[in-house]
Amino acid sequence: MTESTMKPPKKALTPVKWMREHLFSTWYNALLTVVVGYLVVTSVGPILNWALFDADFLGADASDCSGAGACWLFIDQRLNFFIYGFYPDELQWRVDLMFLLLAVAFVPQFIERFPARKWFGIFGMTGLPVIGYFLIPGGLFGLEAVESTKWGGLMLTLILAYIGILASLPIGILLALGRRSEMPIIRGLSVVFIEVWRAVPLITVLFMASVMLPLFLPEGMNFEKLMRALIGITLWQSAYMAEVIRGGLQAIPRGQYEAADALGLGYWRKMGLVVLPQALKLVIPGIVNTFIALFKDTTLVLIIGLFDVLGTVQSTVTDPAWQNVAVEGYVFVAFCFWIFCFGISRYSQNLERKLDTGHKT
Amino acid sequence: MGNPMTEQTQTSEVQSSAQGETGKNPGIIRVEGMHKWYGDFHVLKDLNLTIKQGERIVICGPSGSGKSTFIRCINRLEEHQQGKIIVDNVELTDDIRHIDNVRREVGMVFQHFNLFPHLTVLENCCLSPIWVRKIPRKEAEASAMEYLERVKIPDQAHKFPGQLSGGQQQRVAIARALCMKPKIMLFDEPTSALDPEMIKEVLDVMIELAGSGMTMLCVTHEMGFAKTVADRVIFMDGGEIVEEAPPHDFFSNPQEPRTQQFLKQILAH
Repeated sequence: MTESTMKPPKKALTPVKWMREHLFSTWYNALLTVVVGYLVVTSVGPILNWALFDADFLGADASDCSGAGACWLFIDQRLNFFIYGFYPDELQWRVDLMFLLLAVAFVPQFIERFPARKWFGIFGMTGLPVIGYFLIPGGLFGLEAVESTKWGGLMLTLILAYIGILASLPIGILLALGRRSEMPIIRGLSVVFIEVWRAVPLITVLFMASVMLPLFLPEGMNFEKLMRALIGITLWQSAYMAEVIRGGLQAIPRGQYEAADALGLGYWRKMGLVVLPQALKLVIPGIVNTFIALFKDTTLVLIIGLFDVLGTVQSTVTDPAWQNVAVEGYVFVAFCFWIFCFGISRYSQNLERKLDTGHKT
Repeated sequence: MGNPMTEQTQTSEVQSSAQGETGKNPGIIRVEGMHKWYGDFHVLKDLNLTIKQGERIVICGPSGSGKSTFIRCINRLEEHQQGKIIVDNVELTDDIRHIDNVRREVGMVFQHFNLFPHLTVLENCCLSPIWVRKIPRKEAEASAMEYLERVKIPDQAHKFPGQLSGGQQQRVAIARALCMKPKIMLFDEPTSALDPEMIKEVLDVMIELAGSGMTMLCVTHEMGFAKTVADRVIFMDGGEIVEEAPPHDFFSNPQEPRTQQFLKQILAH
């Protein structure tokens, strides 16, 4: 075979040509360009003025805010509450350590050439929750106990979302496999579980978990509200996850199942080594979508009296000592959520690209 | 409460009697009065066949004759409803452990290759030896490379199936099945999905394999292959075995009118 030396012709693209092609190709595209351009130019200036140039960053209380722009020193002053809730100041190093470990586990995932980054990720999914389980509540190994009623803010949001995400994926996989099982009892139970939990709004689940459940449990078997909320969120999320994963399982051609059977792999190895790796890869966008939705849905714990990051901000903006800081507070919350959701989304896109072996059977 | 016990004894009896018979009847695959239905549709009707170790059988017949279904019953990708199938002295029943034991000894090559697209060629070949046979990875890889050499594509070992041509994929599929060191190989129309220029490379590998003494059961339309390597050709139509003969007799002197008609059609051009 002789390598052809012919290259495809290069397309010369000057800025003027590019603009004519992309911005002013027809009269209505030209009109849209002008209108959108006008809106951008007129809105960017005031937004920048409010958020940066006229904003107040330094000071100790509301009197240091001029009122001309954003009062960011409100966020600065109450940041401790927004991040840790009522977690005692002198014990906050425990939470900080968890934040650090979280970063250690997941920041390498964004760096293509980081050595052994797989193991950092595995630590994040196994070791990290175990450490957190002992470190955050304390009470063992001489660590002072901190009741879960004192947890709050961003830390609580992350705990709810992290545990919810981590636990719902394996449960969802089992439910999806159960729903496609050939055994009628297992299939029936999975269908009932999924249909019941998926048909209930999360608010109802949380409300049931916090108010109704204690009424049914025997005396003395009452466990913490946070734990009940976590279990509720996880089971609810698992039902969604199961349906997303089932979509992936159904997309795997029958030949793959048969080839695995013909090799004598048996059910669990067939699923674990052949079917699930392909099915999960197919539904990464759906899984991530569900994760992001859950991350934001954790704000609903507000109605059962848990103060997540939105809850802490909301309770502070009504503080009479600070006036007219609601916008700043909500912008801050939005930013917190955006950072994490965007991170999850970027990571999933990385993962999709990495796992793409360029094939369709 | 006594039931499980009785069942246990019965199963072992079947096995021991089967083992006892091996002396008299060396069939590695025995099919006795086998029937299969899809719903009410009677696909396989009273099939009887004994295949000896090392025999090479070609099954042919018009489409819809049940030949693929039959071959898929032998490693129980399809279930039969009546009669007996005994493979390597194990009767195929609902007992899933028996079936997995049988499947380990029976390699299968599919029409559409069915390679695992998320694994490299080498990983495809090593998967079952490592996880089912519990062979150490190094050893499994070395043995897989030997088989890939045998099917003449060792240089593609680290590519993904999606990067290979159809003929190459099918040869990988053959190597993957051979890596389990099976006693029997089943081929389900292995060349039907291939472009004409790739059929030969796959057939060459199969002919080489036939020369090595492997017990082979091939569903194929490649009559040249049947003439070259088969010990017996079986003609199926309408779910029945219509005729069964050595290739020379089968092609030059078919007995049944249905066989004659079929041969006339496929050998016409």
